[in-house]
Amino acid sequence: MKDWRYWLADQRGTLLAVAIFLVMFATYVGNHPAGFTANVVQTAANKGVLLAFVAMAQTLVIITAGIDLSVGMILVLTNCLASWIVVGTGMHAAAGVLGVLAAGLLCGAINGAIVIYGRLQPIVATIATGALYFGIALMLRPFPGGSVHEGLADALTGRIFGVIPASLVALAAVILLIWVPFRRSQIGRTAYAAGSSETAAYMSGLPIRRAKFVAYTLAGLLAAVGGLFLTFFTYTGEAAYASGSAYTLFSIAAVVLGGVSLYGGSGSAVGAVFGALAFRTIGDLLFVFDFEPLWQPLFQGVVLLLAVSLGALGLFRVRNRLEWFR
Amino acid sequence: MAVERTEEQPLFRMRGVTKHYVGVRALERADLDVYPGRIHAILGENGAGKSTLIKIMAGVVAPNEGTMEMDGREVSFSSPAEASRTGIACVFQELSLVPDLSVADNVVIADPPKRYGLIDRKAQRRRAEEALARAGAEDIHPLALVKDLPLSRMQMVEIAKALARRPRILILDEATSALTAADVRKVFGVLKRLRAEGMALLFISHRMNEIAELADTCSVFRNGRHVATYAAGTKTENEVVEMMIGREYSHVFPPKPATFQTDRVPAIECRNLSWSGRLSDVSLAVRPGEVVGLGGLDGQGQRELLLAFFGVLRGLSGDILVDGRKVSINGPSAARSPDIGMALIPEDRKTEGLMLPMSVRDNLSFAALDLMSRMGVVDRTAEAKANAEMLDLLAIKTAGLDAPVSALSGGNQQKVVIAKWLMRKPRIILLNDPTRGIDVGTKQEMYQLLRRLAAEGAAILFYSTDYDELIGCCDRVLVFFDGAIRRELVGGEITEHALVASALNIEAAGKEAAE
Repeated sequence: MKDWRYWLADQRGTLLAVAIFLVMFATYVGNHPAGFTANVVQTAANKGVLLAFVAMAQTLVIITAGIDLSVGMILVLTNCLASWIVVGTGMHAAAGVLGVLAAGLLCGAINGAIVIYGRLQPIVATIATGALYFGIALMLRPFPGGSVHEGLADALTGRIFGVIPASLVALAAVILLIWVPFRRSQIGRTAYAAGSSETAAYMSGLPIRRAKFVAYTLAGLLAAVGGLFLTFFTYTGEAAYASGSAYTLFSIAAVVLGGVSLYGGSGSAVGAVFGALAFRTIGDLLFVFDFEPLWQPLFQGVVLLLAVSLGALGLFRVRNRLEWFR
Repeated sequence: MAVERTEEQPLFRMRGVTKHYVGVRALERADLDVYPGRIHAILGENGAGKSTLIKIMAGVVAPNEGTMEMDGREVSFSSPAEASRTGIACVFQELSLVPDLSVADNVVIADPPKRYGLIDRKAQRRRAEEALARAGAEDIHPLALVKDLPLSRMQMVEIAKALARRPRILILDEATSALTAADVRKVFGVLKRLRAEGMALLFISHRMNEIAELADTCSVFRNGRHVATYAAGTKTENEVVEMMIGREYSHVFPPKPATFQTDRVPAIECRNLSWSGRLSDVSLAVRPGEVVGLGGLDGQGQRELLLAFFGVLRGLSGDILVDGRKVSINGPSAARSPDIGMALIPEDRKTEGLMLPMSVRDNLSFAALDLMSRMGVVDRTAEAKANAEMLDLLAIKTAGLDAPVSALSGGNQQKVVIAKWLMRKPRIILLNDPTRGIDVGTKQEMYQLLRRLAAEGAAILFYSTDYDELIGCCDRVLVFFDGAIRRELVGGEITEHALVASALNIEAAGKEAAE
């Protein structure tokens, strides 16, 4: 087989997500009264990037065969924190941004420490820490409020040269600065190996614990980037429980749409990003076709089911039925 | 890397190494000297301690006692990574490859080449290609995913991966068992070249002809003890087999029936059964009242045969017959149905046999809930009666029916697994190594039970890795090698010598024993 075929097989999930997104987005702008304009793209981008950041966070953890049910709450917590500290002069706001990112890293590191060194199951540990993070968010913002450095917010949610949405540029930068190095590093490779077969990874002498810890910690950081952007879009902080839960669940949906295996060991955050963008486009599609917004959850469910069914086709080829349960 | 070739000075030395698992002495005061530029074969039966020895050298398990030296300096390994850094690489029998990563990723996994702190994929590919070429496996594409490769190719990748670490000692644990004949030739060429380059090689294989061709030195292990080390070619195959067996055993087995009604229709039969390269052209028949053993080395297709009968495998070719009529069984639920009446006592009671946290009562009833229910509701009286019968019949020792089954001893847990299937009164009983890790007393009770069930008309197919059991319990033993039945031993032919010899696929020794 030629090299490109292997590459294609490896990227199949990601490419499928890209294709699903492109079809949906083309349908959307094709039927939008304004058509393919910078304004339409900017609105769509700003809606999509939040989930994209959270889905990237989820991907890092799911690759290690874990799950992080606190990503949505980290998003909410960092949103509340940002509405306090990303204010004032330019220098002050910049320091605030660093503070928010550090808080995200800390949340992720706590998750990692509990799961890896406390040996708790990720699902339980992150439900608990998620509740904890939401509790802190409530203390920071018992009522919606606060503000954010408007110059910074407008710069990051506006357009560059009048055409390119700044939020998309930020998303690409985050992929290049966090995801690509992770994927290419030995730590990232170990995270994949641990998710695919922890025994084999151990027998190969890989630093499994360190890799998992890094995955959870970076997940916290990415969720915090999402929290920052949420603040930039809304100019306020709000400890909204429903919103945090929804982001957590949608992040899992986006990851699955993006071709990342929930069993761990395969998939890419780039796929998850497109999964997230596609998932967000469902709502827009309903809008341009004049459906009631009430239909949105139902359609999201249908799209998700179809995407998951595609991934399950391989089960028909299993020759030893015991493999169904592995 | 230049390695000094000194005949007197061992590269690696092991003294008095002992490893105990709970209740089992896996390795007892083992000594071993490994010299550079030699191929050292390790021989022994199943459970002789070979695997434990290797795991200790590779840093997978830590010994309870004893010392190890490398280049005259004492070493101890707390992880495989440490052993690897010391220069010991191991090609494991159970593969240590990560299925979702590519071949190249796997080959360099322990220490990938880096540029600016990130993995350099071009260099990685070059290094993987080199290692594959060094292992004689240039046909494997470095970008292929490991999980898409057939088993024999995975094994070659495993070898390449070990070589990529540039070890001074290379351990091959049954590394040739999954290979095709052509691959074996290539690997042998590679091993001989490595020997000439001064590497020390430890070679574990059950194939005597391979050992005869490769080894310079042989060490025999038995029951966790080092029996002898000798220069290759100084002992005959028969002497070697004697050394491997050489033990006295005194299990009490129930008497076997003197005669058989050979004219009865077999309860279970298969004709030309093949599956996925793991079973090839297997034909056998078990009559009611018969206990038929499956012998041979571990992993030669015995398990797959039992799973095939039980309907777990898909894509079988060949026929399965129950009471002389062709059947197609598509799962355990069909296999246990009254018109087939099959039961499988699985290999791992903790995962496939029992729901550990649940009560003895629940576990006993799981397989027979349909028989004890009326309109979908379990009849508690019928259940209590059936459960009490089973506790009595098998003499299960438990604090009560409500105790969690995890609180029982291993032997009693296994009795629960068997009892759960006896509740259905099966006519065909398949046993997958049922006495592993069970105390001697319970084993004996189990042998009595098997004989009694056979006398009541059950057809029993019994896979065991314990040769004494096969000798003591079975009317016939079918010896498997490489997915096929290589030899059938009947009655008095079932001796340890014949079992070991035919398991190793030694033709001459087998014939001699059969005389």
